[in-house]
Amino acid sequence: MSKDKRSTPEVTDYEVVGTRPQRHDAPDKVTGRALFGADTNLTGMLCGKMVRSPHAHARIRSIHTARAASYPGVYAVVTAQDFWWAKDRGTNPDESGETIKYLHENMLAQEKVLYVGHPVAAVAANSPHIAEEAAKLIEVQYEVLPAVTDVREAMKPDAPLLHEHLVTQSLSKPVQKPSNIGSHFQNLKGNPTQSFSQADLVVEREFTTSTVHQGYIEPHACTVWWTVDGDLKVWTSTQGAFGMRDQLAKLLSLPMSNIHVIPLEVGGAFGGKLPIYIFLEAVAALLSRKASRPVKMTMTRAEVFLATNPTSGAYMKVKMGATREGRITAVQAELYFEAGAYPSADVIGYLGFATAYMFAPYEIPHGQIDAYDVVVNKPRTAAYRAPGVPQANFPVEQLIDEMAVRLAMDPIEFRLQNVVREGSELLNGTTHGNIGAEEVLRAAQSSNHYRTPLAGPNRGRGVAQGYWGNWGARSSCTISVNGDGTANLVTGSVDLSGTRTTIAMQAAEVLGISPDRIQSNVGDTDSIGYTEMSGGSRTTFATGIAAITAARDVIAQMRGRAALLWGVEVQDVTFERGIFVTRRSGEKQMFFAEVAGKIAETGGAVTGTGNVDPQGWGGAFGMHIVDVQVDPETGKVDILRYTAVQDVGKAIHPSFVEGQIQGGAVQGIGWGLYEGYQYDTRGDMLNPGFLDYKIPTATDVPMIETILVEVPGPNHPFGVRGVGEVPIIPPPAALANAIYRATGVRVADLPMTPVQVLEAMGVI
Amino acid sequence: MAAKTRVCVKINGEQLEFLCEPRQSLLECLRDILGLTGSKEGCNDGNCGACSVLLNERVVNSCLVLGVEVDGQEVTTVEGLADWRGLHPLQQAFLDHAALQCGYCTPGILIASKALLDREPNPSEDRIRTWLAGNLCRCTGYDKIIRAVQDAVGRIAQPREEVKR
Repeated sequence: MSKDKRSTPEVTDYEVVGTRPQRHDAPDKVTGRALFGADTNLTGMLCGKMVRSPHAHARIRSIHTARAASYPGVYAVVTAQDFWWAKDRGTNPDESGETIKYLHENMLAQEKVLYVGHPVAAVAANSPHIAEEAAKLIEVQYEVLPAVTDVREAMKPDAPLLHEHLVTQSLSKPVQKPSNIGSHFQNLKGNPTQSFSQADLVVEREFTTSTVHQGYIEPHACTVWWTVDGDLKVWTSTQGAFGMRDQLAKLLSLPMSNIHVIPLEVGGAFGGKLPIYIFLEAVAALLSRKASRPVKMTMTRAEVFLATNPTSGAYMKVKMGATREGRITAVQAELYFEAGAYPSADVIGYLGFATAYMFAPYEIPHGQIDAYDVVVNKPRTAAYRAPGVPQANFPVEQLIDEMAVRLAMDPIEFRLQNVVREGSELLNGTTHGNIGAEEVLRAAQSSNHYRTPLAGPNRGRGVAQGYWGNWGARSSCTISVNGDGTANLVTGSVDLSGTRTTIAMQAAEVLGISPDRIQSNVGDTDSIGYTEMSGGSRTTFATGIAAITAARDVIAQMRGRAALLWGVEVQDVTFERGIFVTRRSGEKQMFFAEVAGKIAETGGAVTGTGNVDPQGWGGAFGMHIVDVQVDPETGKVDILRYTAVQDVGKAIHPSFVEGQIQGGAVQGIGWGLYEGYQYDTRGDMLNPGFLDYKIPTATDVPMIETILVEVPGPNHPFGVRGVGEVPIIPPPAALANAIYRATGVRVADLPMTPVQVLEAMGVI
Repeated sequence: MAAKTRVCVKINGEQLEFLCEPRQSLLECLRDILGLTGSKEGCNDGNCGACSVLLNERVVNSCLVLGVEVDGQEVTTVEGLADWRGLHPLQQAFLDHAALQCGYCTPGILIASKALLDREPNPSEDRIRTWLAGNLCRCTGYDKIIRAVQDAVGRIAQPREEVKR
């Protein structure tokens, strides 16, 4: 591969980038001082509690709140009636792609409840126990309706309809008859039908994946205060303070400037705390207004499982064809994804990612994908780390493995034969930019893990790869210089995993100072410019660019100050590796801290600003290698060794990048082996707790070896690529491929529990 | 509301007393009555370990202990790990190994790890993993946590570092 095609980063000999300084917020987090969603305590604060539906599908006949409202210690009770202004909102999405009517109904049900746990009312009382007792006094009469929780059942003509007026949004053929299919769209490239007939080898299977939850350890929590002067103060655990503010403005019909969102530390999110869907904050606001007191609302773990936003389970049919030389000729896929209770707000978002990225690692001349968004009586689904892609990747990477086996080719060699390069066209019509697909495959191939033979009975090695396109979007950063040469940096990016530090490191690189000289802060909506949510693997890339921009602004201003001090023109002052220099009348130098010490007498504060909306970010590939041992009697899968290889562009803080990859891989392992919502026939979730919804523990996984491949990403001064989402994509298929090589059978349904494995083996 | 009970307890080395309802868990008492919000609620049913504290040197899920039960006992929370000499070696090892991401499970994992190292000065990787099986972490994949605990073993014998920040 020719290196000259690569975009060259502006800097390559780094002082700060690539080092591993201590995280700015870590001392707070190891000493218990860090304040998370439930840690706000205000004078006079009340506790709010939701009343939730025990039925998966029912019409609400009546709600009687009088007994609860008169219970001692209760200050407010609200129902959907209190969102009186929401009634006239139609089902058309607004400019953000969201349907405000659905948001309202999901927070407090109006005519129908659509899943077990759907809120119907809320109370605020002076203790959480009293709120709980009062919630039980709210009497709701339901007319129970038949429920449907499986996508295939929901698409049948006689299936119970969740929304009587829902007609399928479809670009290809107009649909008039109401159904549970919210939308259908298609990607088509070339002529797949003809191409399949010319393939030497065609593989085709059906696959299912379970509904899974992001599983953040911190339940949703917020404190909201609607003050008597009409301002709304919101302390909350969210991935995006500004998104939260804007949604609340729409939901509560308030001016944005009256809403002040203070983002707290977030105890895990992974797409489950996006500000798009609001569960508690707007209801807490109603309670607060009625009670004239601040109201804290926290969820129990069961509420998190039952009534937040897990990600879609899916039913998929995928077919792939290749020549006997091992070139992929055509692909075809049908994806049916659960939307949960309401049609997906941003269907092109989640299913769009699935369809765009499922075949993205491969050069494919002909292909067709049909994607369907299907409502079922489950909580509304949403993003979970690389939204949509782990599901759709699971079939593709198993079929790729199956083709490699049938063609007697090494699975990485087979992938290399079909690898995409810059300019390769995806099935959705877009083309790959600057990517490191081949570099990742080669690094995996030459890794110690892959080159070490695996021996022993019932053991197998699997590989799989995955792609995530990453994101840019709006970010804002300010840097204020202090008289002692330190600096205070503020961004609007909520810090989920150490981005205070990765952002400060990029500023420090430009300023020529040590990152521990920068106090790195997350601002609230009153203190910094609009910044998109922390998600989509955008923060180190986009907010990093905002910080670099702000730092360059600081340097430009400080060159002016140095010029004043030296009595020269600003263009006569340069900034070289942390030192201001002029050669106008003999060479003079000042360190950053020296100029900083003079800002008071040269015009006052120096504050640099970076408001950016960077485009042209680079996507990223990852390949995982896993060795398993399958117990032939119990079907239990033990992971013996695990390696994750990934193109990370440029690792700003390598430990954090490794951590992202390790954490994502283990979430993917959970998705592959353990996790899944289970329902009874009435649509009641059977496992809404960590005892029965099992996520990986420390004993379930080995050390996760990481190999960081650095192909500089485009349009970032240091070549950063997003890294967070790629690693959750490959594990389920890598595990399935390893299980196949250990047992000779393919498991097509997630999770691959011992029972699933034994069934596939024909033992039970 | 039931009558409140007076509870006398030593928390993080300090003898104190508080009033609580019989139904309030130790976790609620720590967080809502005493303002010690370092211990976290993740599940309130003993399955995640985010609320782990030491009760007389034994690790317990404080959500499964009633406040009234700790009368006359000794409790250590994450707030009690660092002292005037600075961070506990385990805390410093967690910083150096980037063994936390969101930081929500971290207090419980630090407490559980301290209990292990107090009992067994040099545990194997398997032993650490088994000991921490009751403490869920969704961010890290456990790798860096295990390495930090292993590394803390060597540091505990050393004199404490000064407070860094």
